[in-house]
Amino acid sequence: MVVSDGHASARRRRQAGGQRGAQPAGTSPIAGYFFVAFYVVLLLALGIAPAVYAIALALSTSGGLGVSHFVNTFNFFLFLPAFEHIATFEGIWLASQTVFVVILALMVHTLKPRVSAAFRLVFYLPGAMAGSASAIIWLFMFTPSGSPWAFILHAFHYQVLSNTVQPGNLPIVFAIMAFFTGAGGWIVIMYGALNNIPDELIEAAEIDGSSALQTAVRIKLPLIRKWIVYMLVLSFAAGSQLFVEPNILGVATNGEVPAQWSPNQLAYYLAFQQDSFNNAAAVSVDLLVIGLLVAVLLVWRGRLFEVE
Amino acid sequence: MLARRYAYRVIGLLVLLVFVAFFAVPMLWLVLAPTKTDYQLANQSPFAFGSLGTFVHTFNRVINYQGQLMLGWLKNSAIYSFGGTSLALLAAIPAGYGLALTQFIGRRALLAITLVVMIMPATALVMPLFLEAAAVHLVGTVWSVMLPFAFFPFGVYLAYIYFSSTIPRDLLAAARIDGAGEWGVFRHVALPLARPIVALVAFFAFVGDWTNYFLPFVMTSPSGATVTMGLQILIGSAPVFSPTASGYSGSEIYRPDLAMATLIAALPILIIFLFAQRTLVKGMLAGATKG
Repeated sequence: MVVSDGHASARRRRQAGGQRGAQPAGTSPIAGYFFVAFYVVLLLALGIAPAVYAIALALSTSGGLGVSHFVNTFNFFLFLPAFEHIATFEGIWLASQTVFVVILALMVHTLKPRVSAAFRLVFYLPGAMAGSASAIIWLFMFTPSGSPWAFILHAFHYQVLSNTVQPGNLPIVFAIMAFFTGAGGWIVIMYGALNNIPDELIEAAEIDGSSALQTAVRIKLPLIRKWIVYMLVLSFAAGSQLFVEPNILGVATNGEVPAQWSPNQLAYYLAFQQDSFNNAAAVSVDLLVIGLLVAVLLVWRGRLFEVE
Repeated sequence: MLARRYAYRVIGLLVLLVFVAFFAVPMLWLVLAPTKTDYQLANQSPFAFGSLGTFVHTFNRVINYQGQLMLGWLKNSAIYSFGGTSLALLAAIPAGYGLALTQFIGRRALLAITLVVMIMPATALVMPLFLEAAAVHLVGTVWSVMLPFAFFPFGVYLAYIYFSSTIPRDLLAAARIDGAGEWGVFRHVALPLARPIVALVAFFAFVGDWTNYFLPFVMTSPSGATVTMGLQILIGSAPVFSPTASGYSGSEIYRPDLAMATLIAALPILIIFLFAQRTLVKGMLAGATKG
């Protein structure tokens, strides 16, 4: 998302006129502080303070500051599996979502507006099922008896739910759930971005003999690249927080899906079952650092948020 | 050449139809499941229609389950979501305006921090938030859920983009020359023009709050449970998934009940989704159109 920032252009105008550093007419700094005040209080109390608190908790040991909680949790036998699970899930989900969202948006964009509107609605509505609703729907979809997808499940010789949600399948199972609720919104947004491409550009390509496929790959795709990166950033952050889906599958399978499958579940387990908030904080900080690193990398490489 | 183009079209259509099935079949199943009894659900075709009478009966069973637990969950979800969304709007809209259209020291830093916390995995902070809430004795109160909901940096960012790209500065300057104070300019000039962004931020905040699971799960007591937590409680009472649940006579939840509960839980969001599609696209793209 390239944001054409009003301030930047205003500044250019002012500089051109020789009024470097002048305030926009009439605005006082106090007014600015007044407008952001409530948000800043919330930011400090509910964004910065808990992050600092988590870091302090994770670093405070009986002998002062140290990294023993990070070492302890790292060596805990459930730690690496939880991070492996989430990495596999993110890999499968982000790759398939990126490919399918882009393909579907490009395909829908070639249809007549009325037909494409119907397709978009079908893709987008499951987004309303985010969270536990989607987990329950797919619980039924993955149960071979009575599922509309029984023919596929039987092809894999799955007879009961626990066959479908066996450990090796879980990253795919959660990727399907996430794709079901997440993809439609992005297809709709990508479609909107494609609509913003000037018609003349597409027509010029067609006159030059470009096929529909070539136009899609060479003209349309580069123009929605920033949206794809934006989708990756927000999806990665959301995916790393997986909690409700494995939690519900755990309840539904009587613990066959372990209660520490994802890092967030592990943090919850450490805090409330093991009464170790320091270790839980260490896992939270690990998640936070990984999330921030990946986000910053994607934002930087994708040249997103060019605000000023 | 023509045959190849035709083949591409057919393949394209087939791919589209496979995805239509992927998205539509579960939704269709969800609406049809409560029209059937548990026996019918297990033995009839997944797409068979039971009867409207069974649908109403299932609805009543779910609503009246254990002293109308469902209504309590819905009420809690509504309180947290409406409260959280209102507070988020109160904070985000003026903040977006302030960041976009006023000058103050620290403005760029605040903008940068907002971008970082926006993409920060929020649930990683739930555990420290719990400890913070415990320290000020808020755990188990509505504030322990509503206040974290009020902090919505994504909304601030959306409002910032909107104000910086769509409100003409000259308009605000003219209002100032006419003698309007800073608050008056915001209240009487900028805010009336900001309806689309208020709707968009409210949409994202409300949907996020209603479907949030982890935060209320950690913060609330059983009486403060939300409808998303309620769904998990119901699974725990369904003998088909939790055999240990079959001991309590009369309190079992059957498969059609679970489908009905899921439908009820998602209904407010489904309705909002039906009306919000256009707003969503317009708002999300607002910042990109000028880029």
